[in-house]
Amino acid sequence: MRADRPRGWRLVGRYTVLGVVAAVVLFPIYAVLLQALKSGPDALDHPSSLLPTHLTLDTITTAWTDGNLGRMMLNSMLVSLLVTAGVMLTSLLSAYAFAFLRFPGRGVLFVFFVATMLVPAEVTVVINRRTADSLGWLNSYQGLVVPALASTFGMLLVRQMFLTLPKELHEAASLDGVGHLRFLWEVAAPLSRPTLGALGLFTFLGTWNAYLWPSQVITDEAHKTIQIGLEDLKTPGDISRFNLITGGLVIAALPIFVMLVLFQRQLVRGLTAGAVKG
Amino acid sequence: MKRRLRDVPPALAMLVPSMALLAVWTVYPLVMAFINGTKSCDSTGRRCNDVGWQQFSNVWQSREFQHALGVSLKLAAMTVPAGLILGVGLAVLADKHLRGIGFFRTAFSSTVATSVAVASLVWFVLLQPEIGVLSDLFHEWIPSLKQPGLLRDPGTALPAVALSSVWAGLGFTFIVITAGLQGIPRDLYESAYVDGAGSWRRFTNVTLPMLSPSILFITVVLTTRALQTYAEVSLLTGGGPNPEKSTTTIPYLIYGRNSVIQNNLGLKSAAAVLLFVISLVFAIVQFRGFEKRVQYAR
Repeated sequence: MRADRPRGWRLVGRYTVLGVVAAVVLFPIYAVLLQALKSGPDALDHPSSLLPTHLTLDTITTAWTDGNLGRMMLNSMLVSLLVTAGVMLTSLLSAYAFAFLRFPGRGVLFVFFVATMLVPAEVTVVINRRTADSLGWLNSYQGLVVPALASTFGMLLVRQMFLTLPKELHEAASLDGVGHLRFLWEVAAPLSRPTLGALGLFTFLGTWNAYLWPSQVITDEAHKTIQIGLEDLKTPGDISRFNLITGGLVIAALPIFVMLVLFQRQLVRGLTAGAVKG
Repeated sequence: MKRRLRDVPPALAMLVPSMALLAVWTVYPLVMAFINGTKSCDSTGRRCNDVGWQQFSNVWQSREFQHALGVSLKLAAMTVPAGLILGVGLAVLADKHLRGIGFFRTAFSSTVATSVAVASLVWFVLLQPEIGVLSDLFHEWIPSLKQPGLLRDPGTALPAVALSSVWAGLGFTFIVITAGLQGIPRDLYESAYVDGAGSWRRFTNVTLPMLSPSILFITVVLTTRALQTYAEVSLLTGGGPNPEKSTTTIPYLIYGRNSVIQNNLGLKSAAAVLLFVISLVFAIVQFRGFEKRVQYAR
């Protein structure tokens, strides 16, 4: 006699409600996908026909070539991979220092790290743009990658994981004369693989989706990321080309949807890391 | 003492990369934003003269900032309650042991896969007055969908931006609240059930109180996000429609393409610092206000 196991008509009702709500939530995605799979004229004539007719990949392929999307996807991929690798490395190193090493000033430094988390990008972007400018980093990959390479969130996540490892492990290793880097690389990091996976996925998504910073430092075609470049498909005057943007949206969203489906568990872990524990 | 110092060199080596990056790209710009906020500079930012702390209150009192503040607050007043209620609703709905519930969970969390830019452009397409699907479907009930278009009507542009923003944030809220729900011990529900509590009583007396840490977290995150809304505005409305500037939020006032303070580093810095302070005040008030009511499990 469990409270949450309905039967019969109540069960049908449950599924109906779930189905309707899911349809509403997914509707924007479905409508855009369908629009992208119609040819330009078809989409203009029957914008709201919600059943698939005459599906074609024309819109998507035209968006790909006209929008220079290949280059932009490559830029986004490169920047996101570099930032992800960098953040995992700097987070592992700083987390190790805070979790395993004893040194004077550790508490103060830790507070310094955590305090930086309170500073929102919206405040720092004004000055960071000028810093990037004076380094000659506007319209460059360095400008997109380097400022994002340290993450306090990552340090906290990995440190939390390290603190759950048995103390004896580290003590035994240092008695055996195992160096810090070797212990980190061969013992601590492999044992923290799920946490690192969550951090990596989370960082990748965050970088891939970034908008404000790229929009401030990148203006040339060669370095545009997909997030700021998609907008170029918005051609205001020409309604017959309006459909192209739906093709661009499908291309831009596809890799992330695939990742979501593949790594749902890691994503949930990353997103909820700060939220659930009181 | 010797043992304490032995760890210093490796610790330093391991912390230097992160510290250097945080110092250059977070601490330095924060400090400089305060300093530059007191200056008035030309467009290159090289030649500056001192205006003093006065400039912060000048910016605060300026018509542009007050207007943008109003827009940002209105946006938060729309997106935070809507996002929270819908997110909790979806999570409670999907928190059932049913066959195939995994499919619905994936569907409800799917908007985390759309970036703010993608989500905004999705709504831009749906709301396009001539051929947007929503405009086509509902224009008989809401005429402004066609004429002039939801995003071009000064009265509806901000709610439309809010709609896009709530949808984009739904997946995140759903995931966090779902995790919160799964942390609630089942025996609490069972004893409430035994005591004769109906499903609404179980929701208000067990679910909501036990969920309060997640709700507090989401409230703070959604409020901060609302106050920092930039991409949606940039892609959906460009701060317009003009001349009302109905969707010019504070971040758009600072970073927007046709912002009136575009080339003035001093004013931009001052406005950015004020935005920071406003977000901070909101977060502190929310934490304080909730603190007494939030129940942390054990």
